[in-house]
Amino acid sequence: MTVETKLALTEQDIRSFSEGKQEPSWMTELRLKAFGQLETLPMPTPDKTKITNWNFTEFPVHTVESSKFTSLAELPEEVKAVVNAEQQNIYIQHNNTPAFLSLSEELKAKGVILTDIYTAIREHSALVQQYFMTDGVKVTEHKLTALHAALLNGGVFLYVPKNVVIEEPIQVIYLHDDKTASLFNHTLLVADENSSVTYVENYLSTVDHAEGLANIVTEVIAKDNSRVTFGTVDVLAEGFTTYVNRRGVTSRDAVLEWALGMMNDGDTISENTTHLVGDNSEGHVKMVVVGRGKQKQNFTTKVIHWGKHTEGQILKHGVMKDEASSIFNGIGKIEYGATKSNAEQESRVLMLSEKARGDANPILLIDEDDVTAGHAASVGRVDPLQLYYLMSRGISQHEAERLVIHGFLAPVVNELPIEGVKKQLTEVIERKVR
Amino acid sequence: MSTLVIKDLHVAIDGKEILKGVNLTINTNEIHAVMGPNGTGKSTLASAIMGHPKYEVTSGSIELDGEDVLAMEVDERAQAGLFLAMQYPSEITGVTNADFLRSAINSRREEGDEISLMKFIRELDSKMEFLEMDLDMAQRYLNEGFSGGEKKRNEILQLMMLQPKFAILDEIDSGLDIDALKVVSKGINQMRGEGFGSLVITHYQRLLNYITPDHVHVMMQGRVVKSGGPELAQRLEAEGYEWIKEELGIEDETVGQEA
Repeated sequence: MTVETKLALTEQDIRSFSEGKQEPSWMTELRLKAFGQLETLPMPTPDKTKITNWNFTEFPVHTVESSKFTSLAELPEEVKAVVNAEQQNIYIQHNNTPAFLSLSEELKAKGVILTDIYTAIREHSALVQQYFMTDGVKVTEHKLTALHAALLNGGVFLYVPKNVVIEEPIQVIYLHDDKTASLFNHTLLVADENSSVTYVENYLSTVDHAEGLANIVTEVIAKDNSRVTFGTVDVLAEGFTTYVNRRGVTSRDAVLEWALGMMNDGDTISENTTHLVGDNSEGHVKMVVVGRGKQKQNFTTKVIHWGKHTEGQILKHGVMKDEASSIFNGIGKIEYGATKSNAEQESRVLMLSEKARGDANPILLIDEDDVTAGHAASVGRVDPLQLYYLMSRGISQHEAERLVIHGFLAPVVNELPIEGVKKQLTEVIERKVR
Repeated sequence: MSTLVIKDLHVAIDGKEILKGVNLTINTNEIHAVMGPNGTGKSTLASAIMGHPKYEVTSGSIELDGEDVLAMEVDERAQAGLFLAMQYPSEITGVTNADFLRSAINSRREEGDEISLMKFIRELDSKMEFLEMDLDMAQRYLNEGFSGGEKKRNEILQLMMLQPKFAILDEIDSGLDIDALKVVSKGINQMRGEGFGSLVITHYQRLLNYITPDHVHVMMQGRVVKSGGPELAQRLEAEGYEWIKEELGIEDETVGQEA
């Protein structure tokens, strides 16, 4: 069955939007081609979650205009809380508007590019064209990737040239405070040979309710011997239907580490795939999830081993409360020829209420003999004996539960590279599990 | 002086009665040893006093300075001054030993009057050194991957940090080598004094070579069947439990058997 895509937008709207942003013709063509394929492409089929009735295509308005910030001092308090005052390298997008950018002179001199996606497409056209939806996510994967390409209305481009090692984390904040806004954001991160970078992005809703869509694609291209740490805290409001696809591709000897804090309050389909293409490359995924209310979520994490001696690890911890339900699909796939590779994964779900649902599905798909692999999964409740132990030292039941839950999520929270973001994630968890 | 009074305590687990009328009075400045073979209800007594969720008190009373302990939640019992060094302490991932201990100390203090970090670290370090513990253990996750001996030392560390009125030690000596046993005993002996009383539960007289009890009680069939001074423990060490069974006409000392 194909789902009707009732878009209020026409081909002409997309052409005008692209021209309005002075996009090079390749981008206009890419958008239009994607738009033309919308009707025929199928919806994605996340395993064990039926999304036929989910709204991924109707939204109030394509873009909204929001204010820019001339300094970090002007930021709303909620944003200030996650930003270091000394943070030098930062991009902030306000709903759909590129609102603030700062990149140190030192990094500029080294050839580092950090800019909003429109500017990148315009001013670094050839570089962006080389990597934009080519090696990572394909436009034609399904209806939602095509919709993303056609309607792209925000995002960031980070390029780290060969041999450049960036010590301080790069921070990107997507601030959402207009309930009519929709986010078709694209993060494109290219780490060239022998480079190293830590990047943290933050989706932050400061309104309680959203009416729009979030269709987010991230591509991380880690070239030979590069090292990328990609952290995120997503806190999108209830009301958003979110499709988020974060994809990585590693070349020889590259190491890509994901630390993903998935704290959305709306229904979410999250796909996180790492292609370990180059020999001896590594992909590590650490993810925490808190589900509450009636939200439905699906987190499919894949590490696909193509190169020899590749190392893949998935570690996911989820806490479910109220009537929230989440599917955790973990897939380690070792292709023929990827000898001496190792695929490990672990999924743990902690349920805090009778009506919450959590489902952990570890899957290993192995087409090569000379490999190692392992998986562990569990779904359970807070252990009453742990609570008894903590309470026997005078700690209240509420505080004891808090300690157990934070402890359960700590292995991932502790991986986040920016203190402010780590603190924010801890606070979001606190708020969500209360 | 504080007093813990246990009167005619009956306790069941999954509907099966384990304790069948235990009577015991402990004052601060006293150390009581509870001895007895396996399966006689010693650990059940310890767990029931602290409020283990699986143990149901079916009748009897426990009072601490006249306050009804059985009406208190587990954390309230701790706040009132009770402590149980557990035979099998839980492991809790992601919560460091230090954070846990600080939460426990602060739970006894008013909001705004929390222990200062410096003072806490000073006390923790000095007590860990006293117990010959590796200082790194403060930053390890609570009991996770600790050896049996490390867990027992960690229980005593908590005891020393929290300074309760009454400590129940549930087979603190099981699985300890002689050096660890000496260290653990050193910790308990340091606590000895005016404001502290203890109920030491053990199979073996060996522990009582290091912690001299003021009173010794023997449990069989879910009751205290004999009480005496330290000489009772020595006689048990020398002669075993048979003579008590003969004296009282008990054939099988375990719970579920009637005299």
